[in-house]
Amino acid sequence: MLAIDGSFLDFKQLDLLALRQTAIHRLDPRAKLLTTLCFIVCVVSFDKYEISAMLPFLIYPTALVAVGDLPAGYILRKVLIVIPFALMIGLFNPIFDRQVIMQFGAFDIWGGWVSCLSILTRAILTASAAIILVATTGFPAICEALEKLKMPQPFAVQLLFLYRYIFVLTDEGVRTARARQLRTFGRRGLGIRHFGSLAGHLLLRTWERAERIHMAMLARGFSGEVHSRRRQSHFGKQDLLFTVCWVILFILLRLYNAPQLLGSLFTGDL
Amino acid sequence: MSHHIVETRHLKHVYADGTMALKDVSFRIEHGESVGIIGANGAGKSTLLLHLNGYLRATSGDIIIGDGQLTKESLTVIRRTVGMVFQDPDDQLFMPTVYDDVAFGPINQGLSPAEVEARVSEALSRVEADELRDKPPYHLSGGEKKRIAIATVLSMRPEILVLDEPTNGLDPYARRQLIALLKAFHHTRIVTSHDLDMVLELCERTIVLHEGKVMADGPTLEIFQDDALLNTCRLEKPFAMQGCPICAPCRRPFPEQTPLIEPHSSRPHDHDH
Amino acid sequence: MHMADALVSPAVGVVFWAASAGTIALCSARVRNELDDRKVPLMGVLGAFVFAAQMINFTIPATGSSGHLGGGLLLAILLGPSAAFLSITSVLMVQALFFADGGLLALGCNIFNLGIFPAFIAYPFIYRKLVGREPCQSRMVFAAIIAAVIALQCGSLAVVLQTVISGVSSLPFATFILLMQPIHLAIGVVEGVVTALVVSFVYRARPEVLGSVIQEKPLGELPLGSLLAAFLIAAVLIGGVLSWFASEHPDGLEWSIARITGSEQLPETGLKAHDALSAVQEKMAILPDYALPDRTGHGSSQRVGKSLSGIVGGALTLIICILTGFVLRRRRTR
Repeated sequence: MLAIDGSFLDFKQLDLLALRQTAIHRLDPRAKLLTTLCFIVCVVSFDKYEISAMLPFLIYPTALVAVGDLPAGYILRKVLIVIPFALMIGLFNPIFDRQVIMQFGAFDIWGGWVSCLSILTRAILTASAAIILVATTGFPAICEALEKLKMPQPFAVQLLFLYRYIFVLTDEGVRTARARQLRTFGRRGLGIRHFGSLAGHLLLRTWERAERIHMAMLARGFSGEVHSRRRQSHFGKQDLLFTVCWVILFILLRLYNAPQLLGSLFTGDL
Repeated sequence: MSHHIVETRHLKHVYADGTMALKDVSFRIEHGESVGIIGANGAGKSTLLLHLNGYLRATSGDIIIGDGQLTKESLTVIRRTVGMVFQDPDDQLFMPTVYDDVAFGPINQGLSPAEVEARVSEALSRVEADELRDKPPYHLSGGEKKRIAIATVLSMRPEILVLDEPTNGLDPYARRQLIALLKAFHHTRIVTSHDLDMVLELCERTIVLHEGKVMADGPTLEIFQDDALLNTCRLEKPFAMQGCPICAPCRRPFPEQTPLIEPHSSRPHDHDH
Repeated sequence: MHMADALVSPAVGVVFWAASAGTIALCSARVRNELDDRKVPLMGVLGAFVFAAQMINFTIPATGSSGHLGGGLLLAILLGPSAAFLSITSVLMVQALFFADGGLLALGCNIFNLGIFPAFIAYPFIYRKLVGREPCQSRMVFAAIIAAVIALQCGSLAVVLQTVISGVSSLPFATFILLMQPIHLAIGVVEGVVTALVVSFVYRARPEVLGSVIQEKPLGELPLGSLLAAFLIAAVLIGGVLSWFASEHPDGLEWSIARITGSEQLPETGLKAHDALSAVQEKMAILPDYALPDRTGHGSSQRVGKSLSGIVGGALTLIICILTGFVLRRRRTR
């Protein structure tokens, strides 16, 4: 199967996950959005050498995956795919930062390794938060939450159009690329010239489609502004409770190194 | 209450690049009629349809819809009166959910939320798609999309329904469902199609377009019995009529060719001539 | 090249989000006043096109490695600056949400880096000026390459600055630059070539697609958002570079106090409040004080002692988290 087919189906699956009905899915999107943002800011605000204090933050993605009935393996796979870039940069840390900041028995541990590991932890935490947000909320709901948080309407409208047609266009793109691949007998990859013409055709078809969509909009009375209905979702007690509890937890975990305290209890270091 | 006629007089349309799509098209369709417009690819069918809701403006000639002439000012009214369903439902379903798409028309008409809700429910139940209400369009099947596309137009309560190739790409069951649906409507129906069997079943009158001109305009059955006409216009008899001993005794659709599959009609058509 | 959450600090993230959000608002206002309402479906659909096109990889000649279309410059050519910016932003948003490409906090940086430079700098001041009124294939290729190279060089420079100022990575500025800029030079050339190929294809097949933008009035002035953003960059740059140098020396305030009073400390009276505040600030550290985060390993002695309990506690925490997950899952399915 083409690599494109794979990533396209993957994309569709995440969208389908958002249609499930669990307690998490039913929460107001604004609650989930704000909680996720607070989570990310807290994680990212840690000192570069901090690792253990970040670990308790794993409770958030874990809890959401569990209660939201999300496939853990799938989420983990998606998270692992994005780690490489941050890790690539992170791996330079041990090269440039060789100051010993810890001793573990007989081993001297360079600051660089600690900060590299910290980068890895951050990457895992932030990536999983983002994916879980989409898996439990869905893109249109996130757009709606942003609109209620004062995102400008023209931007929101075109964002929803983009989302609506991503599936249609990636489908077309996949079909075109597949048709081409079936005629190359695996000998060469797609050269730039051919890509130019393939993409050019796709672009022209897309342009014509946009014209037809515009026609359809006019046929139903469009006169410049797209009005969307005000959805029923409102920010209720449950949503407030969810947001407030998690945010308080994040702040506490940020201020106090819980694993340190826990570990001290065990090692009698208090 | 006006008569909601659709009339064109010597309609001519020349595209920007010089192609003359319509040379001289004149017809008059009365309220409640069900008319099929057939012709080869490039005969001008789609161009003609786009005139009926004012999307294209004629180079010369007149169009009269409902009460009056099609002018810039009357466009809003025309677009409410004429409900157009396009070939590709993906072009017509551009909102995040089915509800939003079906509500798009009524909202633009300025109706209140309660009225919009009522219109949407009405339209969805007419196309038998109530359960699809909150679904996103890209997770629907072809047949479902077609029905929703019709619902998006029905919610505006048009007097005239115009459909461009409605059965295109549907599986047999979905096609059957769609034909039954269209039969149940009492609007004026104007349908373009290559599906000649559907035209035979649905439309009592047919207009044949060829190279931008009206070649024939009359009762559907008569038109489909005129072999010479069909030949000239790159058409043939509907499958249901091919091999019928009364209509075409011992004659093939194209004398110089042999069809690959022996046509046989499973449903006899009416012979009231 | 995307900026990642794992490498960004809250300050940098928030600042660039503010800049991006401001630009989004300004572009939305501009687009709303746009007379051509065909742009409404066009922006979204072309964004979807770019998204789809990015999924198709091509082989870069002479290297054999695979690349894909960025699309920023192409969108600017097809839609004009403001509409293109919105379109690029939405593509980046979908990537950040669905592929965790970059991250939600770093999204502000990415929108800035990949949106502002192609749409408001490369396109109007380079591409348009070079192509002029009569486009022809060679001119388009030339203009697209130069424009793409400049846009990507600016973008990657911005990533380097954002990463270095955030202080999470230990890569020194010079090394990072040496790493990023040449790579992005190559990427820029490829992007320019591919963009030019697509644009010239379209121009030959349906010139009116490009015509609607070429005939547009040339931009009178940069939109306010860009100016604001430029000032912000300057501020961050100045602050960042200065504090970099300052970190080797005692804190600037203390330094100037030392010169004035002869000692590094404030007089007794203000000390308590200052202490309390700095204690809180230290703990919060959401918006760090203007000195760079610790890069000289100052707190090393404290850390050594805590390392063992930290590790033990960390391991315990992980176990607790995983167990909690299982428990919650089983409670759900029961």
